[in-house]
Amino acid sequence: MSSLFRSEEMCLVQLFFQTESAHNCINELGRLGLVQFKDLNPGVTAFQRRFVKEVKKCEEMERILRYLQKEMVKSNIGIVATKKKEMVPCARDVLELESTFEKLEQELREINRNHATLRQNLIELTDIDSLLRMTEDFFEEAESLLTCSELPSEDSVSMTVSSHITSRRNSNSSTSGALHLSFIAGVIKQERFPAFEKVLWRLFHGNFVLRHAEIQATEELQAVRGAVKKDVFIIFVQGEHVREKIRKVCEGFRASLYSCPKTLFERKQMSNNVMSQMEDLRMILRRTEEYRAGVLTRAAEHVQEWAGKVKKMKAIYYTLNLCNIDITQKLIVAEIWCPVSDLALVQNALIKGSEQSGSSVTPVLNRIQTQQTPPTFNRTNTFTEGFQAIIDAYGVGTYQEINPAPYTIVTFPFLFAVMFGDCGHGLLMTLFAVWLISQAESLRKLKNELTDVVVGGRYIVLLMGMFSIYTGLIYNDCFSKSFNIFGSSWRVRPMFQPHGPWRNETLREHHHLQLNPFVAGVYSGNPYVFGIDPIWNIASNKLSFLNSFKMKMSVMLGVSHMLFGLTLSLVNFAHFRKFQDVVLQFVPQLIFMLSLFGYLIFLILYKWCITLRSESAPSILLLFINMMLFDYQSEYKLLYAGQKGVQIFLVVTAMLMVPVLLLVKPFLIYRTRMKTRRQVFGNNLNDQHETDTRSSISQHQKDEMTSMGDVFVYQAIHTIEFCLGCISNTASYLRLWALSLAHAELSEVLWRMVLQVGLKISSGTGSLVLVLLFAAFSVLTVAILLVMEGLSAFLHALRLHWVEFQNKFYEGSGYKFTPLSFDNLLKTQQ
Amino acid sequence: MPSLLFCGPKLAACGIVLSIWGVIMLSMLGIFFSAKSAVLIEDVPFTEEDIRDDKNPPGNIYGLYNQVGINCFIAAAIYVGVGAVSLCQVRLNKRQEYMVT
Repeated sequence: MSSLFRSEEMCLVQLFFQTESAHNCINELGRLGLVQFKDLNPGVTAFQRRFVKEVKKCEEMERILRYLQKEMVKSNIGIVATKKKEMVPCARDVLELESTFEKLEQELREINRNHATLRQNLIELTDIDSLLRMTEDFFEEAESLLTCSELPSEDSVSMTVSSHITSRRNSNSSTSGALHLSFIAGVIKQERFPAFEKVLWRLFHGNFVLRHAEIQATEELQAVRGAVKKDVFIIFVQGEHVREKIRKVCEGFRASLYSCPKTLFERKQMSNNVMSQMEDLRMILRRTEEYRAGVLTRAAEHVQEWAGKVKKMKAIYYTLNLCNIDITQKLIVAEIWCPVSDLALVQNALIKGSEQSGSSVTPVLNRIQTQQTPPTFNRTNTFTEGFQAIIDAYGVGTYQEINPAPYTIVTFPFLFAVMFGDCGHGLLMTLFAVWLISQAESLRKLKNELTDVVVGGRYIVLLMGMFSIYTGLIYNDCFSKSFNIFGSSWRVRPMFQPHGPWRNETLREHHHLQLNPFVAGVYSGNPYVFGIDPIWNIASNKLSFLNSFKMKMSVMLGVSHMLFGLTLSLVNFAHFRKFQDVVLQFVPQLIFMLSLFGYLIFLILYKWCITLRSESAPSILLLFINMMLFDYQSEYKLLYAGQKGVQIFLVVTAMLMVPVLLLVKPFLIYRTRMKTRRQVFGNNLNDQHETDTRSSISQHQKDEMTSMGDVFVYQAIHTIEFCLGCISNTASYLRLWALSLAHAELSEVLWRMVLQVGLKISSGTGSLVLVLLFAAFSVLTVAILLVMEGLSAFLHALRLHWVEFQNKFYEGSGYKFTPLSFDNLLKTQQ
Repeated sequence: MPSLLFCGPKLAACGIVLSIWGVIMLSMLGIFFSAKSAVLIEDVPFTEEDIRDDKNPPGNIYGLYNQVGINCFIAAAIYVGVGAVSLCQVRLNKRQEYMVT
């Protein structure tokens, strides 16, 4: 009973179960998703709780799982989505899973390490290989240099060089005896080479020969080491000392140095060695990668299942931390909040859990009375979930307070539609919502926050669209054009002679003419069957009529909405048995509102029903203002006989309600306090300890005095808020008019400035232009009118609910019921 | 034969939605123009001379209404073509998705 009308009745229940069956019981309760565990150890920090080690273990396992998942993503191994199996984790599983995870992690890390080392080796070998190949030319050159050095050395020798070499430093080798050139060969990153060269030049002033060449990047090299460009270099120098310095410079530039044999034969041998080593390495690398892929694929089959299990276990241990373990270590005491109507289900779940664990003792449920406020639980289904969410966004209802959600299902889309009011746009919105509903599952999988919000509100969008079609039909507005379904009630022909005043010359002289409804036949006397007459769409004074109509409609809707809110406060008072409040708060508020704003609505409706000449019709706004100012001698006529008396009576009544609201309730509280105090005082006079009691009474008095002031201030604030709020809230509802005007005007501007340009071209090319302009029209319609205006109207309708409607009755100071539910946990994980 | 695919899946889907909307709305507009609806009077490109120098009132205006209506129908037909092209693109995109995976 009472599903959405009021939040559910909750009870505090004590559970006693055995430690062995704890896991299974909590597991069953988690699957049920209907209980909220209370924290029985509030003073204990997170690190002092009993099961903190187990929670840490679970978190460690989650970390390993995340690492595994990352590795799988890196190697492009798909994670298999497991079917939902009934996973019952227990304490044994924890240890098992832990060991499995640790093993897997170690294995994977080792494989990765080996892989990295092997790869590094391969890079080195490829470098040596390129080095060996390219230094062939250098050595030939060096040998010729050696022979050349015996010739006169004053000539600077320029050599023809092979095509690889791009720069060259030559030095005048000062000779004394046979030259002994030693060399250093290595590989350096290409971007570092110019700096390297400069440093060497500065240090050694050209007493060296440097050759370098770029290593051609082959496909394989790129796969192995990435797209880093490297250069081979070889430096010929004289002397060991210089060699050491150069070695240090090379280390500074992170160039890798390799020893290169001097003779051709040795070089060829080394080259062959390197080739064979590289082949071996490549094979080993391939095998390693295959093995790794195998390990990961095997793990991938279970990863989702494990993740779910670990999450559940962590939740169970966290819950166990909230419970009390008694001294004998055999019994666990837990306190839960659960809905009264679901006690039987909870009992069954506990019995099932204890049976599964094989314990002999069934858990005991013990309902306890408590003064604490239970959480607020509103049972929702997929349809009502969205509406409850937008109510809860402002404030979760106090326990057992009236829930505004069921009314919001109707009033929110309706107020949205009043502001949106266009059949065509409403139809588009409805179709979009239908598509959202059909694609809800696949859209959820995208895990984008924005799409989640939109998918969560799909039923709201559907209702908003359907209601917009309805209000669009009432405003007779479809993409800013009207439908003439039932035949307009206005005729133009009777305005001409002999019925009316117009002649052919009248048409030529005037640009604008006004249809006079008092001429016979112009207005048929029966208004258009449903909605606004289509003739207003082509009238130039359309806005004067529509503005007046929409403003009055907004005020009427607003006052009705607020009166409805006020009535709900009556229901609240009745439920909480605050009958005093009914008489002291609800009745004066109702009278105040009805006598002022109810009368305003009466004036509006009355003026609509009677026939008036528009030149002499009194303005309702001015009537209302004069009523409040008691100003009756202006020349404005009154609407009906006796209006003066009625209005004076109503205003006086309303004004009398204000002191009633302000003073009566605090005065009654004061009187009751006086009475209790006199009683207490009277009893204490018979006691012997007079001094003590007197001091305690004066203390008591002081407390009461301060809170008496508080009571008055609170009541004053409440009264002022209500009375002034009445006026400002009623005016606030005028946004219904404002936004619908904005929407209609935007729609008309879009039609006139975009689509009409294409329609007005009557020649053949008109259709092509029309095609392009229609595309622009549709894009702009969706972007401006549907998205922007839709969001704007959504927001304003929401604000009207949150502020103007709910401040008449809603307290909203509860806290939400958050049950232990594995469904919710796993949904957030997916 | 080179690939006929020239737009991605999202653009093709937008194309289909736009074409369906265009066909429905433009053909309805065409019907309403042919029915000489008074609400659409501002969309018809008539001038003062059309009204004044009309031998057979309101024949000129009716002729203009018909012209605009025919334009709308032609535009609707073009959108049928656009829709067919978009549908092809959607199908080709789906096939490509299939082949890659």
